[in-house]
Amino acid sequence: MSDAPRVVLDPTSERSPAQRPRLPRLDSLDGRTVGLLDISKPRGDLFLDRLEQRLRERGAKVERFRKPTFTKPAPLDLRQEIATRCDAVIEALAD
Amino acid sequence: MSPSSRPPLPSGLVAFVKRDCPTCTLVAPVLAQLAKQVQLSVYTQDDPGFPDGLDPLDDTSLEMSWHHRIEAVPTLLRSEDGREQQRAVGWQRADWEALSGVAGLGPGLPAARPGCGSRSVDPELAPKLAARFGAAKLRSRRVEIASGEDEIEALQARGWSDGLPLVPPTEERVLAMLEGTSRAPDEVLAVVPPDLVECSVEKVAINAVMAGCKPEYLPVVLAALEAACTDAFNMHGLLATTMPAGPVIVVNGPIRRRIGMNSGRNVFGQGNRANLAIGRALQLVIRNVGGGRPGEVDRATHGNPGKLSFCFAEDEEGSPWEPLAETLGARPGADVVTLFPGEGPRCIVDQLSRDPESLARSFAANLRTLHHPKLVLAFEALLAVGPEHGRVFREAGWSRRQLADRLHELLLIPGRELVRGAGGIAEGLPESVRDATLPKFRPGGIHLVHCGGGAGLFSAIIGGWVAGEMGSQTVLREIRP
Repeated sequence: MSDAPRVVLDPTSERSPAQRPRLPRLDSLDGRTVGLLDISKPRGDLFLDRLEQRLRERGAKVERFRKPTFTKPAPLDLRQEIATRCDAVIEALAD
Repeated sequence: MSPSSRPPLPSGLVAFVKRDCPTCTLVAPVLAQLAKQVQLSVYTQDDPGFPDGLDPLDDTSLEMSWHHRIEAVPTLLRSEDGREQQRAVGWQRADWEALSGVAGLGPGLPAARPGCGSRSVDPELAPKLAARFGAAKLRSRRVEIASGEDEIEALQARGWSDGLPLVPPTEERVLAMLEGTSRAPDEVLAVVPPDLVECSVEKVAINAVMAGCKPEYLPVVLAALEAACTDAFNMHGLLATTMPAGPVIVVNGPIRRRIGMNSGRNVFGQGNRANLAIGRALQLVIRNVGGGRPGEVDRATHGNPGKLSFCFAEDEEGSPWEPLAETLGARPGADVVTLFPGEGPRCIVDQLSRDPESLARSFAANLRTLHHPKLVLAFEALLAVGPEHGRVFREAGWSRRQLADRLHELLLIPGRELVRGAGGIAEGLPESVRDATLPKFRPGGIHLVHCGGGAGLFSAIIGGWVAGEMGSQTVLREIRP
């Protein structure tokens, strides 16, 4: 197969956007679980430590996650774990 | 196609040639002769320098050849105001002279020589050209599938599927599908429930591709959608009901054979592409264009597997009777879809009856139980008579009408058997009907269709849901090419 983008025609009434819509933003962090994903870049942990502290001050629960390597997309299991356990996620790029 | 997307022809004579064609090489001097006397434009498909000295126009992209449907070279056209007036294909001295008004063309050449295939119809190039030049007429939104995303999974993830994998509706495939009808892609043919969305031929073609249709099935899908989206058929109600029914498509007419539909063995089952893809395409249009999805507007308690696809042809050739569509008012011999709001089929076994009265009684006894033995007049039924049962009526000379009338009589039920509490069953009709006699079906409420394999003394009942103006009526639509 060539590298040309694969394009299909929309079979719907085109009333909703072609891309999957984002989830609605959280109204409040109180009691919600926020996942912090460290992509394994240097010093990402420093940034996330500080974020965790600030989030806990605002009443959020925090779960920490870490990608095995920043060079590849997060493994499916990790993504599913985050989606299952968290209401929101913050990904630290760092460097 | 909109006129604006087709590049106009230059005025005067227009020739299409390629160097690779011996006939084109042969007529190169004729073209030179014409160029001296009349206005001539030459489009060349392969070598932009051919024919020498004639200042040819480069059509190596084949855009002009494709748009003007050149099938062989040389082709000579006469054009006025950008529109073709006349065309000659291959070398024919008489035709070329008549078309150009120039006498004495090509002295020394044979009077005629056939041309070669145009590069624009080369089987390897044609689908790509169709996508490149024809795609402009497609109005639907383009959805890009990300690199690394599996295309089958991508279609599923967007919610377009009925649960089974879909064929990706690429521009090439949709354009090929549209070749199956003479109707314009932008023609609006129905307002599809439940969202009441105007649906174009193009949207149907996209869903037909996804369903696995071949282009020759498309006219049947279009007619089925038109029938489904009538007030009489009431697709919205049929979709929304908690009952298990969905649209059942019966096809009559010569098109059944032409597109390879099944009316015989395993007629309601798996294995025939036309039957399955046509029924699936209709349901996909209702899902994707109309927005009718299970759990949303579709509130079926159980549904039935036929809601994926339920479409079959009548066995007209082996039938003791005239076709179903004809009895419902269709023109004899026409290609017609009949839409019946039906649930899954249920078998009637009778291996012993050899006279029509006995067999009619078997049918009636089974029909009595449709939905509930104590509920009457609310429903219709499609009674699929198998060939071995059909033979009993043929040999006895029973017409379709005779059988239907007899079933009606046999299904006149005393009110005392129907009232609430009768038989120890709370379900039933109000006490007020106790002294009445009521028919199970209103007159004309049993539709006979002849189909199935040649072995097996069986027939089948396909039950409806709420019939008549309060619910869904059986609807016919003639299939247009």
